[in-house]
Amino acid sequence: MATTDFRVIGTRPIRHDGTDKVTGRAKYGGDTAAADLLYAKILRSPHAHARIVSIDTSKAAAHPGVKGVITGMDLPELGPGTIEVGETPSVNAMQMSTNVMARTKVLYKGHAVAAVVATSVHIAEEALAAIEVQYEVLPHVMDVRESMKDEAPLLLDGQTTTSLGKDTGKKSNIATHTVFEIGDTSKGFAEADLVVENEFTTSPTHQGYIEPQSAMVFWNSDDEITIWTSNQGPFGVRTNTALLLNVPLSSIKVIPLEIGGGFGGKIPVYLEPVAALLSKMSGHPVKMTLTRTEVLEATGPTPGSYMKAKIGVKNDGTIVAGEAYLAFAAGAFPGSAVGAGAMCMFTPYDVENLHIDAYDVLVNKPKVSAYRAPGAPQAAYAVESVIDEICGKLGMDRIEFRMKNAAKQGTRQVTGVPLGSVGNVEMLEAVKNSDHYNAPLGGPNRGRGVASGFWFNAGMQSSATLQVNPDGTVAQVTGSVDIGGTRVATAMQAAEVLGLEAHDVKPVVADTNSIGYTAVTGGSRTAFATGWATYEAANDIVKQMKERAAKLWETDASDVEFDEGTFTRASNSEQEFTFKGLAARLMETGGPVVGKATVTPPGVGAGFGHHIVDVEVDPETGKVDVVRYTAFQDVGKAIHPSYVEGQIQGGAVQGIGWALNEEYYYNDSGVMANSSFLDYRMPTSLDLPMIDTVLIEVPNPGHPYGARGVGEVPLVPGLAALGNAVTNAIGTRMNQLPMKPGKILSALGEIDN
Amino acid sequence: MAMVFIPPTMRDATNGDEKVSVHAANIGQLIRELDQVYPGMADRLCEDGRIRGEIAVAVDGEITEIGMFATVEENSEVHFLPAISGGSGT
Repeated sequence: MATTDFRVIGTRPIRHDGTDKVTGRAKYGGDTAAADLLYAKILRSPHAHARIVSIDTSKAAAHPGVKGVITGMDLPELGPGTIEVGETPSVNAMQMSTNVMARTKVLYKGHAVAAVVATSVHIAEEALAAIEVQYEVLPHVMDVRESMKDEAPLLLDGQTTTSLGKDTGKKSNIATHTVFEIGDTSKGFAEADLVVENEFTTSPTHQGYIEPQSAMVFWNSDDEITIWTSNQGPFGVRTNTALLLNVPLSSIKVIPLEIGGGFGGKIPVYLEPVAALLSKMSGHPVKMTLTRTEVLEATGPTPGSYMKAKIGVKNDGTIVAGEAYLAFAAGAFPGSAVGAGAMCMFTPYDVENLHIDAYDVLVNKPKVSAYRAPGAPQAAYAVESVIDEICGKLGMDRIEFRMKNAAKQGTRQVTGVPLGSVGNVEMLEAVKNSDHYNAPLGGPNRGRGVASGFWFNAGMQSSATLQVNPDGTVAQVTGSVDIGGTRVATAMQAAEVLGLEAHDVKPVVADTNSIGYTAVTGGSRTAFATGWATYEAANDIVKQMKERAAKLWETDASDVEFDEGTFTRASNSEQEFTFKGLAARLMETGGPVVGKATVTPPGVGAGFGHHIVDVEVDPETGKVDVVRYTAFQDVGKAIHPSYVEGQIQGGAVQGIGWALNEEYYYNDSGVMANSSFLDYRMPTSLDLPMIDTVLIEVPNPGHPYGARGVGEVPLVPGLAALGNAVTNAIGTRMNQLPMKPGKILSALGEIDN
Repeated sequence: MAMVFIPPTMRDATNGDEKVSVHAANIGQLIRELDQVYPGMADRLCEDGRIRGEIAVAVDGEITEIGMFATVEENSEVHFLPAISGGSGT
């Protein structure tokens, strides 16, 4: 695989969608419109846990301007258990449906119980107030450890604890218990000179995407359903909506819109099935847009957690054993990423003896969703904090310690699966030699923290078609919603093959009837896998155009070579066509040329990150200022370095928010008390220094251009790096997130918390 | 023969065996062979003839997307592990 001498790969062209996005012309979910459009709103539970005794919608239905009302009973019953839906893994359809709208019980404050469609949003809101719901309030459980107790109120009647296909049969809020183990930790800890153990908690945090969920749906008289939505996965919306409405997959077309951030939180369906039913009922297109409070209270944040980590080392710093206990709060339905967290937490290190118990636990909070490297940031926080403590006790340099124990190709992970080619060691060397790591702290009340992180990245399925235009440009069609610059990153891979410039390739994100199945934009997979599809489709074009050149030269296609945008006759090097020159002659040689590819690529390159952060703590107020931040990442070959850097900067900032301020703050009634961006404190540019990035380009041998996924790793190390920095600034281990001022003053002994 | 690594929570079905050598050309055959030696393993790993949604299969370090039809070589390593979740399903 070539790693240098690229013409397009590694350059920084302006993204194709950039101008429309910065000038406000790009069409997001909220920008959709249609003739005779109606608007829908959802009535939500005021209680964290309650039985629905009755719902009377008659007054709402009679309200002037109201065109329809539904409750959960209007959604099809789907039966228990999981259902295989063809394009995606099996899902528990009834649980998914019940999360979209409750039937007999509400399981969290904000759980949908009814919906109204009307001629305006305001009328719909007025009608919601006319719906009469009688609840029998039930005891609720919000804390993950409380929920694991036998006496805890049960959320789901049939919930029992399972473990990789084995059902204990015991009713419990513990949905799964998974054990990971390699080696013999008893033996390992017995050999240790130093053992450090600590416990940690993290709060639920939201992805904080700037655009709330929004969808428009029209169910026409031929029972064809069109959905306009800003979800991360149009094909997933099609699959899940068809499943929940019990209609044929082929009756649904999903048109993806621009998306104002997702970070994993815009993979589930919340609105689409509801709007579809209301459209069928009213005969009109129906639009729904969540408020920010609805986004916070009723869509999926990341799980809060309780964790313990224990690590044993020799006096020379060699890790001999590690154990962890992870309990993640999944919300009202199973599905936290506790397994993924467990599989990532020790992966930066080569450890022979590991044991992890991981629990997925129901609580009366909204069902969690993915959030960049789901599960890994919390789990890394536990391990990297303990490692920081060990380094302090051993008096050992924190990077030397990590280099001594660094995972590399062939190192077995806690699952036993060996790592492929990775750049962990090269990254740590860059950290050790960096200006930031070797710079003085530069002031009192300051501390420096470092931490490593890991994420698998994903491949999954992607499709692409490329059409050659007569002017020598190429129209590119994929099914990957563009969240972080993937139009240009995938177009660049096609351009590299074709000898064109990035802007000669015109990327379009198509609807589900216009491109082959393409999995969600998530898992850090799009530049890797959809880029691979555009690479393959471009090679298909090269093959076809060689045949066209051969026809013009009256020779065989094997006599035609292609290099850097020029077709040359091997047997007569004076005969050549530029790509554009040959494109102009397609009609006389057989008609249009369309290249296509569908891929399920192997060779996914996992990624490591390492962050250094300096903080200054105000001892009077407990406020933490981030003074300097540098993020290093093993990115493979950076297809478009600017957007790789942007991904890293964004992830680092989200980690800062998670570590210092962000949390779901619940009152005693189980009601989120900070469900607005005024009270849910995300970092702004005024809170942040420049986030410096260092790209470590160890090419992934599994990709034609060496690309690795880059979007999720940068959120993994930040929580721990901040935790270690604050700890080193104040001299007390910070083992609860967020480290808000009150917590820090409490740690300093200034206040009782 | 391919080497199959049994995850800890399935070792009750393999009498505590952590690794098993199996002759198979693909994952489907491998599971059938496992079930011959350890009856019930197929039910633990599969549902309706497919790998359970909560389980992923890694062949030679790569999570496979094609489940039962993934090719297994003579010296392959096969791992069954929890599927990464948190973004799909319900």
